[in-house]
Amino acid sequence: MIVLAFDFALFLEKLILIAVVIFGSLGVALYTTFAERKVAAILQDRRGPNRAGPFGLLQPFADGLKLVFKEEIIPNTSNKTLFIMGPGLAMTAALMTSAVLPWGNKVELFDRTIALQIADVNIGMLYVFAVVSMGVYGIMIGGWASNNKFSLMAALRGASQAISYELAMGLSLIALVMVTGSLSLKTIVEQQMLPGHLWNIAYQPLGFLLFLVCAFAECNRTPFDLPEAENELNFGYHQEYSSMKLGFYLFAEYVNMFISSAIMATIYFGGYDIPFLDESKISPNIAAILGIGALMTKIIIFIFVFMWVRWTIPRFRYDQLMNLGWKKMVPLALANMLLTGAIILWLQGK
Amino acid sequence: MPIHSLLDATVVNTANNYFPIGVQLLFAAGFVATMLIMSALLGPKRKTSDKLANFESGIEITGNARQPMAIKYFLVAILFVLFDVEVIFFYPYAVNFRELGWAGFGAVAMFVGFFIVGFTYIIKKGALIWED
Repeated sequence: MIVLAFDFALFLEKLILIAVVIFGSLGVALYTTFAERKVAAILQDRRGPNRAGPFGLLQPFADGLKLVFKEEIIPNTSNKTLFIMGPGLAMTAALMTSAVLPWGNKVELFDRTIALQIADVNIGMLYVFAVVSMGVYGIMIGGWASNNKFSLMAALRGASQAISYELAMGLSLIALVMVTGSLSLKTIVEQQMLPGHLWNIAYQPLGFLLFLVCAFAECNRTPFDLPEAENELNFGYHQEYSSMKLGFYLFAEYVNMFISSAIMATIYFGGYDIPFLDESKISPNIAAILGIGALMTKIIIFIFVFMWVRWTIPRFRYDQLMNLGWKKMVPLALANMLLTGAIILWLQGK
Repeated sequence: MPIHSLLDATVVNTANNYFPIGVQLLFAAGFVATMLIMSALLGPKRKTSDKLANFESGIEITGNARQPMAIKYFLVAILFVLFDVEVIFFYPYAVNFRELGWAGFGAVAMFVGFFIVGFTYIIKKGALIWED
């Protein structure tokens, strides 16, 4: 069969890229937890963690190791298989989204041209949706398997919040697909790099705003962190968890934050495009390094926005959250879609 | 690259394009499983019956969490399935709408009309009222 005859060098190249992307996103997530505490401290006029290592830089490792070496407790009354599956699923789903993101254009190493994207599939955006929806199962299964009333309530809240905002998210992206005409994330970035073509944010400001709000809701970040509303639900859906399983739930949230920042940077802010620079004039390897730097800068700015919002805006009430999601975001996204379509067709003059 | 080839949405994808995704799934699942097993082996094991009881809110537990839940959540889930299918229908249109022109736009405007009728119906029915 021709499908199975594959290039071994290509396989190795992809495997290395996968390892770099997965451990890279874990590393970024690790330091995001640290950055969050530092940002919170700065915003509240405190010092933040500063004991472990210089400026407290080893703090995330200390936290991670502590979680690994803690006693693992599985409550007697819980459903054991599901209890273990929940955090595993949440983490696996969080690590899968990065497969279709283009991290840079390409590098030339050992006479090979290596694309800095794990899989360039023409349904990239749909793939992202599919995997993001899998994240709901992690919350739902974990909350239900705990056999804890608070966890169950938090899981139900989390699940219905996530699916409600997925609807608006899907609708807000349709207008973007109309502009780009493609679902492949690589193509979307390449279009934004074309001379005379602005970043998609210029064509889709409302779409971006809707997507940003949905990203906050999907990541369960304040002001939408209802599943973790500690003053009503103790600790939320991961109340009964301990050790690395708890770590995975908390960590998956940060990986999701990193990935959704990367998605926003890619589809609305030009991905690895460096503004006012023609990448084709410099050598591909330098362009790739600069491009990755540009993408990471954009991602870090978005992650900072996530934190900034968390420490500025209070949490929504549940009915306010659902009203915003269904009665405001969905009609707005529909209107945005129709308006975008009408304007593009009018400009095209067909 | 000229723009018309970029806008060409009919790039053929074969199973080979999806192969790296499978590798990543194995890699991610393997990493997660290794970490879970490692922490299970490395942590201390001094379990007592009090430790293994549900913590819940720290006080003694009354009742069981396996009980009926508010119907609202199920309603939201069903409505999501309903409307998300409609949203997915928009995607093929969005990719091809330049070629379909105003005729296609009219058809989709009609579809959006039906969408809004259904949407208004569920809101008027009070499916999304959370305060009792």
